[in-house]
Amino acid sequence: MLDEQVIRTFLHGTTHYFEVATRQPAFVGSPYLMSPGAPEMHEYTGVISVSGRRDGVVYLTAPRGMLTVLLMSMNESDVSHENMCDVVGEVANTIAGNARRDFGSQFVISVPTVLAGSGEMPQLPKGGQPIVIPINWRSHSARLVVCLK
Amino acid sequence: MISEALDVVQPLRLLIVDDSNIIRRRIERSQRLPRLQVVGTARDGREAVERFIATDPDVVTMDITMPHMNGIECVERLVQMKPGVLILIVSALADKATAVEAMEKGANGFLNKPFTDRQLNEALEELLGGA
Repeated sequence: MLDEQVIRTFLHGTTHYFEVATRQPAFVGSPYLMSPGAPEMHEYTGVISVSGRRDGVVYLTAPRGMLTVLLMSMNESDVSHENMCDVVGEVANTIAGNARRDFGSQFVISVPTVLAGSGEMPQLPKGGQPIVIPINWRSHSARLVVCLK
Repeated sequence: MISEALDVVQPLRLLIVDDSNIIRRRIERSQRLPRLQVVGTARDGREAVERFIATDPDVVTMDITMPHMNGIECVERLVQMKPGVLILIVSALADKATAVEAMEKGANGFLNKPFTDRQLNEALEELLGGA
């Protein structure tokens, strides 16, 4: 069974991020459980490890095209690989950090790590059920994955 | 009288601390307070202490989740060095306990990420208040 509170918190966190940071709303699709062996990774993935009261990982995986437009919407003209890594980590960090509004300070988050390229997958906690939240923003699609124990 | 006039035009020196280059540049670009002059940036708490000593800022924007030394610990260090420094926390951590802890260590204001340009400038204006 999906954890409704977790889903509600991250759905809100995702829409809130795009609404405030870009002033262009994102539309989130219905969350679903990730199929084993089907991580659906994009080119850039910002990964936040979670510890404390919950244990697991939150990651945002997004294509270069979406991150380019995201940077431009922030008036950032430098769309280098370094800034792609920076922005995908920062968005993941912001959404995960905002979750502490609901989960409290014992929801401890790490600094972001970034995977570039679609070959590598973040380490998921054993026994956790990864929930995928599809994100549609402008003409782009990304995914937020939340796997907490 | 001349020194009073100089005091009026003297800008306040701003140090921006965040591990994201994009956020550092965003704050630098978006802050529109004529009294503020950016004198440096730092990408973690340890670098912030070094820049703080080198640039002697009056105002600091401070992220919390950073490598090497987090923002809360860094606030404590900076306030020990310069008790009158004004520190605005700019963080994604949205729980009340974190805000309270930062204030207890000596921060003067708190702005949650994500933020609009307007929210940033209002938070800085409020921070400067009577400064």
